[in-house]
Amino acid sequence: MKMNGGQMVCASLIEEGVDVIFGLPGGAILPLYQTLPEFPELRHILVRHEQGAAHAADGYARVTGRPGVAWATSGPGATNLVTGIATAQMDSVPIVVITGQVGRAALGSDAFQECDITGITLPITKHNYLVMTAEEIPRVIKEAFHIANTGRPGPVLVDIPKDVFTEIANYKYPESIDLPGYKPTLKPHSGQIKRATQMIEEAERPVILAGHGVILSKAYEELMELAEKAQIPVITTLLGVSSFPADHILYSGWPGMHGMAYSSLALEEADLIIALGCRFDDRITGDTRTFARKSRKIHIDIDPSEIGKNVKVDVPIVGDLKNVLSVLNKGVSEKSNVDWINRISVLRNEHPLTNADQSEGLEMRYIIQEISEETNGNAVIVTGVGQHQMWAAQYYTFNQLCSLVSSCGSGAMGYEVPGALGAQVGRPDSVVWSIAGDGGFQMTMVELATLVENKIPVKFAIMNNNCLGMVRQWQDFFYDHDHVATLYSGNPDFVKLAESFGMMGIRVTDKTQVRAAIEKAMRHDGPVLVDFIVQQDDNVYPMIPAGTSIDNLIEEPSLEGVNL
Amino acid sequence: MTTNKLVERHTITALVQDKPGVLNRVTSMFRRRGFNISSLAVGHSEIPHLSRMTFVVEGGDQILDQVTKHLHKLIDVIKVTDVSSENAVARELALIRVKTSTQTRSEIMQIVNLFRANIIDVAPDTLIVEVVGDENKIEALQNLLERFGIQEIMRTGTIAMRRGMGPDNTSDNSRPKQTPVVYETGSV
Repeated sequence: MKMNGGQMVCASLIEEGVDVIFGLPGGAILPLYQTLPEFPELRHILVRHEQGAAHAADGYARVTGRPGVAWATSGPGATNLVTGIATAQMDSVPIVVITGQVGRAALGSDAFQECDITGITLPITKHNYLVMTAEEIPRVIKEAFHIANTGRPGPVLVDIPKDVFTEIANYKYPESIDLPGYKPTLKPHSGQIKRATQMIEEAERPVILAGHGVILSKAYEELMELAEKAQIPVITTLLGVSSFPADHILYSGWPGMHGMAYSSLALEEADLIIALGCRFDDRITGDTRTFARKSRKIHIDIDPSEIGKNVKVDVPIVGDLKNVLSVLNKGVSEKSNVDWINRISVLRNEHPLTNADQSEGLEMRYIIQEISEETNGNAVIVTGVGQHQMWAAQYYTFNQLCSLVSSCGSGAMGYEVPGALGAQVGRPDSVVWSIAGDGGFQMTMVELATLVENKIPVKFAIMNNNCLGMVRQWQDFFYDHDHVATLYSGNPDFVKLAESFGMMGIRVTDKTQVRAAIEKAMRHDGPVLVDFIVQQDDNVYPMIPAGTSIDNLIEEPSLEGVNL
Repeated sequence: MTTNKLVERHTITALVQDKPGVLNRVTSMFRRRGFNISSLAVGHSEIPHLSRMTFVVEGGDQILDQVTKHLHKLIDVIKVTDVSSENAVARELALIRVKTSTQTRSEIMQIVNLFRANIIDVAPDTLIVEVVGDENKIEALQNLLERFGIQEIMRTGTIAMRRGMGPDNTSDNSRPKQTPVVYETGSV
């Protein structure tokens, strides 16, 4: 069938099951936009800034497990996507990004709105393409989705010159893919499975460290089976939070820089760490020379380059986690590990998360705990980056699988608004709460217009401490309380701001108003913004300073001498 | 130019798609991950649309392991082979422009003959010497010619190939451990 390049892009996206695209038009991508009305299956959500499109596609992908799609025009449109693409790359999120480019004849001439977006995104995409003929479009789109959503997922960018969108060629969607250099290992090596089984058998103090891979591979049941069958406590990474239900008896928190102290201590005391789809990030290991020295390590990951990258591993297993665990589970025998599980309970009692309700003033963690109770731990929680992110992960009880959506690897402030937009579009029937910082929120708050325009009912809880809280905390800890450029003196009135966008705004200044505000926000059909004016000087505990070891654990000061 | 310290090196080859930007992807990965390449050579392979790259990478076993895996991770890289072992031949070509005079010309020619190198251009006061060999041989010749005055050197970078029908050491996840090969650079 004859089609122009723009039609081919849309037809190919429909072949891939795409139902929504986040984007913003401009000159170079206009020929693609003008074909959109011919494809009513494709819902287009017009964002206000291209960064929002990339983050929204990312949020959509995280909650649905299907690739999110964002597109933008050439030059500044494309460069505005970059933060979102890097975020997806760091957290292994499958997104397909399409950018318009200047016409083929103008390439390399520094034409108006030209930029080398394939060059720019080379190190932050799993793969990228510059498409030079319309004929290639179906093959490239098929490959892009395949690469984005198989193996270790990640972003793929497809750059298409303006005149390729208008070029007419024969359209046939390919049935198969020919990528001789891309064949992810899915099935585990049987010898390694045997060795792993043996190690699990021998271990007296085993822990599972469950990462984002569990969620990406949808290996929830397999993880549950392994944990319950061999009675292994489950610690998750930050991205692995909600890969295992938080109300399960074997759930043992998340470790690391601001993780639960008992989880970090359990990792330290373990004699076997079974790492599932995680990358031993520096926020978990601290100093890799001193990290979990007493333990042997089994590392299961689909990306061979992660194995041995940060820590030495005793048994590496490359494969898709769901496959690997279902094979491994067959060989693992039932165990009890009672003493070890009791030991973790002791650690938990000795080093608990502190009571969120201990202060007279309004604290972020209290608000998060109240949201957790009001939603029964079943909402999708989207966060920005900073103190509120850490407290959200600590104090929200994630009972629903795959329900924390957060920029963990890249740590992109501003994720909370468009990320929540994408998550709510992906899960229209879920309650989506965006736990936002006043700093990050201001980076991307223009997307409130997108939410209102598209009736996307995200509930925002702005943790408004009138400062960049986590940076301020670092200044307190490591720079002698010297608050350079972290305290705001001119924040907008967020309630009026919400109202100006046409959405409900609620201000909360006192603890007693918290629950009512949350209830009111949830009763309302549309998007709501709750501006919680919280204490400025709260710090997140526990804390293990960057690059150090568990020996440097700092617990909440009021408890020092009681539990240490 | 010549260093006298022991540097652990590995030679690896990669079969890659012959497409625009592939070299950029590969070198971008090396740069980003902080891997050091001491030489890189690229040319067509025996298979249409595929090129072969030879890298000499500085670093120990852990680095080699990571380089191999990260090369593999690139979609346009089809096969990665470790050719560091003694079971492989490695060659490089160099062109060296040396100053000459009537007094020194015959001595230079003697040295060139000893190295089985060739003189491929003669001018009144310079010669161009062409030499093929492994890195050590080229550096040895270079050291000997130094005192006549070297004006310019062009080197292709090492290319390498496994000998005979030796087992193919293509990397996969069960890649057997290799004994690292230690080159002593700068020794004659």
